[in-house]
Amino acid sequence: MAGDERELLAALRAGDEAAFSRIVSEWSRPMLALARGFVSTEASAEEVVQETWLAVIKGLDRFEGRSSLRTWVYRIMVNTAKTRGVKEHRTLPWSTLAGEDAGPSLDPALFQSAGESHPGGWRAAPAAWPEEVAVEGSVLAGEVRAELRTALDALPDRQRTVLTLRDVLGHTSEEVCQLLEISAANQRVLLHRARTAVRAGLASYLERS
Amino acid sequence: MAVELTCQELVELVTDYLEGKLGWRDRRRVAKHLSACDACVLYVAQMRETLDLLGTVPVDTLSAEAQSTLLDAFRHLKR
Repeated sequence: MAGDERELLAALRAGDEAAFSRIVSEWSRPMLALARGFVSTEASAEEVVQETWLAVIKGLDRFEGRSSLRTWVYRIMVNTAKTRGVKEHRTLPWSTLAGEDAGPSLDPALFQSAGESHPGGWRAAPAAWPEEVAVEGSVLAGEVRAELRTALDALPDRQRTVLTLRDVLGHTSEEVCQLLEISAANQRVLLHRARTAVRAGLASYLERS
Repeated sequence: MAVELTCQELVELVTDYLEGKLGWRDRRRVAKHLSACDACVLYVAQMRETLDLLGTVPVDTLSAEAQSTLLDAFRHLKR
């Protein structure tokens, strides 16, 4: 355990309410995203996260510090979520890839086919995006964020979970593999399909507007 | 001599490329393709931009009620 984690643990054991509120608020973001990968609804994911925190409160004094505090909390969460997922008859096959993860990730109609002059080449180059997209605080940037939320929600569960943890919340691939108990190769397949779909969704939104 | 990549193949290698997980041979094929294909350069740039934008998407945390219920439980147990 790192020094700041030891301090955090000591603060929590001493009943420091500000420290507790802070980690509940911060850690619950990735926890909700992660829980959603194991249960069927947002509401159910919220319950899993709340249940986890209650277990953490009760278990704080028993925590031996063999892993990091965060890893311990996440592990309780994954176990809680899995148990709940089984009850809901919903177990995602995290270790194997499903049909939704096979085949070309981008619409093949965008590329020329075998009989044409450049098989596999773009039929038309992707349209350039307006620069305003990247301007913080612009109207378009706000719309784009809303569109990205929609695109995220439309992804298959496993792809959304991986993309949210990696690209929205900034976890490393190692962390994501460990949390979801998946191989690095499978993590990349899910990430790739999710990223490709989200970019394509954004591209078609920007072309329409 | 490795066969040249098509645009469609490059699109499928983009994540491995950005993650730094391509072997040197494929990395060279990607670099060679990008040096000659503006459409794919734009595609890769848009992918990077998408990732930057994803980092600005707000993510829900627990509701305020749930957080205050948990704080009560924490307070209660620590008293």
